[in-house]
Amino acid sequence: MALLTVDELSVTFTARGRRDVTAVSGVSFDVAQGEVVGLVGESGCGKSVTSLALMGLLPRKGVRLGGVADFDGTDLLTLSPSRMRDLRGRQLAMIFQDPLSSLNPVVPIGVQVTEILARHRGMKGERARKEAASLLDRVGIPDPDRRLREYPHQLSGGMRQRALIAMAVACAPRLLIADEPTTALDVTIQAQILELLRELVDQEGTALLMITHDLGVVAGLCDRVNVLYAGKVVEAAERRPLFSDPAHPYAHGLLGSIPRLDAPRGQPLHPIRGSINDTIAWADGCAFAPRCDHYTLECLEGTPALGELAGAAGPGHLVRCVNPVRDSSDLHTPLLEAPVMDASAEGDDEAPSPGTSAATSADTSVDTSSDTSSDTAPDAGAEPAAEPVADTDGASGGAPGKDTPA
Amino acid sequence: MTTLLELRDLKVHFPVRKGILFDRTVGHVYAVDGVSLSVEAGQTYGLVGESGCGKTTLGRAVLRLVDITDGAAVFDGTDLAQLPEEEMRRSRRRLQMVFQDPLGSLNPRQNIESILAEGMAAHGIGADREERRARISEILERVGLPAGSLSRYPHEFSGGQRQRIGIARALVLEPDLIICDEPVSALDVSIQAQVINLLEELQESMGLTYLVIAHDLAVVRHISDVIGVMYLGALVEEAPSDDIYSEPRHPYTKALMSAVPVPDPEVEDSRERILLTGDLPSPANPPTGCRFHTRCPWRQETRCDTERPELRDVGGGHKVACHWAEGIADGTVGPTTELAPTLLKE
Amino acid sequence: MGSPVSNTPNHPDDRDAPETPGTPELSGTPAVPHQAEAPAPVEGERTRRASRKVDRIDRLAELTARRETTTGAGLWVEAFRRLRTSKMAIIGACIIAVFVVLAIIGPWIAPYSPTAQSWRGEVFPNRGLFVGPRGENWLGLDHLGRDVFSRMLVGARQTLMVGVVATLIGFTVGALIGGVSGAALVLGGRAGQRIDAVIMRFIDMMLALPSLLLAVSIAAVMGQSLTTVMIAVGVVQIPIFARLLRGAMLAQGGSDYVLAARALGVRRRRIVMAHVVPNSLSPVIVQATLALATAIIEAAALSFLGLGNPDAAQPEWGVMLAQAQRFFDQAPMLAVYPAVGIIITALGFTLLGEAMREALDPKLRS
Repeated sequence: MALLTVDELSVTFTARGRRDVTAVSGVSFDVAQGEVVGLVGESGCGKSVTSLALMGLLPRKGVRLGGVADFDGTDLLTLSPSRMRDLRGRQLAMIFQDPLSSLNPVVPIGVQVTEILARHRGMKGERARKEAASLLDRVGIPDPDRRLREYPHQLSGGMRQRALIAMAVACAPRLLIADEPTTALDVTIQAQILELLRELVDQEGTALLMITHDLGVVAGLCDRVNVLYAGKVVEAAERRPLFSDPAHPYAHGLLGSIPRLDAPRGQPLHPIRGSINDTIAWADGCAFAPRCDHYTLECLEGTPALGELAGAAGPGHLVRCVNPVRDSSDLHTPLLEAPVMDASAEGDDEAPSPGTSAATSADTSVDTSSDTSSDTAPDAGAEPAAEPVADTDGASGGAPGKDTPA
Repeated sequence: MTTLLELRDLKVHFPVRKGILFDRTVGHVYAVDGVSLSVEAGQTYGLVGESGCGKTTLGRAVLRLVDITDGAAVFDGTDLAQLPEEEMRRSRRRLQMVFQDPLGSLNPRQNIESILAEGMAAHGIGADREERRARISEILERVGLPAGSLSRYPHEFSGGQRQRIGIARALVLEPDLIICDEPVSALDVSIQAQVINLLEELQESMGLTYLVIAHDLAVVRHISDVIGVMYLGALVEEAPSDDIYSEPRHPYTKALMSAVPVPDPEVEDSRERILLTGDLPSPANPPTGCRFHTRCPWRQETRCDTERPELRDVGGGHKVACHWAEGIADGTVGPTTELAPTLLKE
Repeated sequence: MGSPVSNTPNHPDDRDAPETPGTPELSGTPAVPHQAEAPAPVEGERTRRASRKVDRIDRLAELTARRETTTGAGLWVEAFRRLRTSKMAIIGACIIAVFVVLAIIGPWIAPYSPTAQSWRGEVFPNRGLFVGPRGENWLGLDHLGRDVFSRMLVGARQTLMVGVVATLIGFTVGALIGGVSGAALVLGGRAGQRIDAVIMRFIDMMLALPSLLLAVSIAAVMGQSLTTVMIAVGVVQIPIFARLLRGAMLAQGGSDYVLAARALGVRRRRIVMAHVVPNSLSPVIVQATLALATAIIEAAALSFLGLGNPDAAQPEWGVMLAQAQRFFDQAPMLAVYPAVGIIITALGFTLLGEAMREALDPKLRS
């Protein structure tokens, strides 16, 4: 029995005089007690908007919500603001990326923690202070009595994030939403915080919704993973099958893009070409198609459905793709490189073709993949996709632009 | 193999001043405190460390963007630390830098042509506008930007493309050494790989030497031939890229290595984790003796808190700054009880 | 799509503007040569594949071409584009335009001479007898029997001149001082810091004085004239501009692209002139617009206090307000006309200034 069931969540930003922007459309997943569910994707994929929608933290004006987010019988999306406030803190809690801006800079940590205890658990005075100290102790803050009197700026980044976690778990919430909780931290501190979250889930049975861009964090922490792209879940699976047999070309491409600490040196990376701006509307087809090595004409016939992956190792491996990656063995040698080579041989281009990294990787693996391409990719999908490799990437500069200067 | 850049006991101390009109120095931040390393021509030296370890300051000190307090930075036979201002400016043609924030490091009021031509004008490369433009177009193609980019402005590009502009800006001067300060950390994962591949390809085709400064050990290991690990202003370990992963010798490197997540559940579940306690001490008031002894799981009663360990060769070009490196390696020196690491084995 | 921030659609105005010809659309234009060479292979299989390839590229190009594109527009061009669509900017600009036009052509369209006391015999201030608006005199007569409407029209020029000249004085001197201070600081070195510290302490002293008191003292020293008013109001603005420019330069001096320019080997002087100053100017320009509004009000205040033009016959809104004050009980409208004029004009400049601030804010770009 799932604690939180999100069904077809959609978030559209409407502003007068501007076109509506759909940040999230039709996202569905569920989180059970004691389970860690990951929402993974790059910037602009809608993962943070999803979490804000669930917490009721989006502005009410200019935002249109759709779908249902059933939290133990109540729909979070239609809850009144006052009931939502009640639920937040007591049953739902959230940890943000930047702990400094989530803490009030002019109020000591202790006051901020006891405030929550007073509001949600009716604790006062010495009792609340003792409880606050024990909370800080539990999240691994040494010398909690002294820390309680300090202000947020006096704590280090890791300590602040711990303090924030202490505040989040003060009322033993049933669901914890963590939005990039370790992105701003150093790796050794990140390891400490992840360990702390893992303990919370194991010991208290808290359900954890982990929102991150870091597949490494997901691999170590999450039970189930949802990969988002352009506001939709493109692949959802248990952690192991996702990493061993990613079926969506995007998930596949992400894994091929990450340098692995344990990989033998010299192994080339296989980036996804283009950028998040190279997208088409979901209504027209798969939003990932312009960057995809696998796309066929069918990809451009309306939104692909999120369906059970045929031939998956186990149930529950969902993918939104009409032409998924079938063979996991080609994970690190994408089948579409040979045709790139082919194309440049036909064309007049010499080896360092205009800096496209996709073409680059093709150069390095020319001899191995040129013969394998015909057997690994018998369908016509392989060959023609080669052309836009160079095209789309080169031209993505021609049509840049919508992403904000951060 | 020739050494292109050699740092000898390089120190950068920032004075902490107080007062309004007549200020006095009340202390120093020891951002870089005695680093010696050498970068071989045509290779990539990777410098890793967490925030506040002084790696960025070190990179800037090589270009003299911050003042060098003491020590030498010998580039191709010349000690940069001793050069007069104007000569230093001229030698920056051969030493270039790629910055972390692709947007912030580009002037929003300059179009791409003007950004790329600026360095050429400063160093008198290219006789006229036409000649410069031809050269710029060639470089733009090399880094994979469309030819029509010349008249565009930085905000019109995506993050990955902006970083390509930053790389192109360094390349037009035909430098020998490029210092890459967190070249990919501001980019999305899929874009990171594009930029890493581009850097590697350029190195191969143009014979560049890189000093890559980053916090992401996986990225650094992917791209570097030699890796130096920094902690609180000093190198704690330096080794060839493969060795540092297969046999890290310094306790800090071990902890760092075990903390880097690997996108593979099988690996993640079976790894040994060494969790460090506490935080990085302030570089304004560094611990005595070994800088790492306050957090070290292997800290010993003697020497660690009194004697600062030298970076010494332990064989095969593997250098480590730990008194007990051999003992820890062969198991005679174990983790001390009070700071025992959490060992997770499933 | 994306988070609300990252994917805000460009304004409709920008959408239809691929002004630079030959801007490659995503996979659009570049696909063409490949199409041409694609059918080259002769075997049936290859041709079929190739034609499917052409289909797919075409379809993708068609879909992606719908996306909006921007083309090589600089910061100012883009800011202007945004200004054009801002209601606040349009209203402000209209008010200013009307005011400026009136100031220029006022003396020619004024129905009567502003100084002629043509209706002297109809007004008796000491008995409280005034003449209000009538067909002949649209805004009535003042206490000396002069036509108020004509005086308002002609007075606009004086008022505008006081505002513009005073702001120019403040802007020029202030920016110069601030620029020197900022440049000294950015160019670095202990010496630069010292210069900056000395200049800034002096500026702080000027800021510490109440602005009106400062203006009154200057006017008192220099004697009563319109020039005095301009200089006094201008001097009051100096520290504001100086502080603003120095602050902006300091912020820009610490930015990454300045560091990048230094790393590139660009000379320091050029860094200041080509990078730091241009990027620091926009807050100062916005401030200049806002300062114009304050300058007009302050000039009016000085005139009101009797420090302005000694020839009271020459119309100026501030002077008119001052004179009307004596008869406020009997003829309040005499004070209302110049007051409303001043308020509306100041509002116009303020609106435009605020709109410019928004348009130039880099955080709000696309």
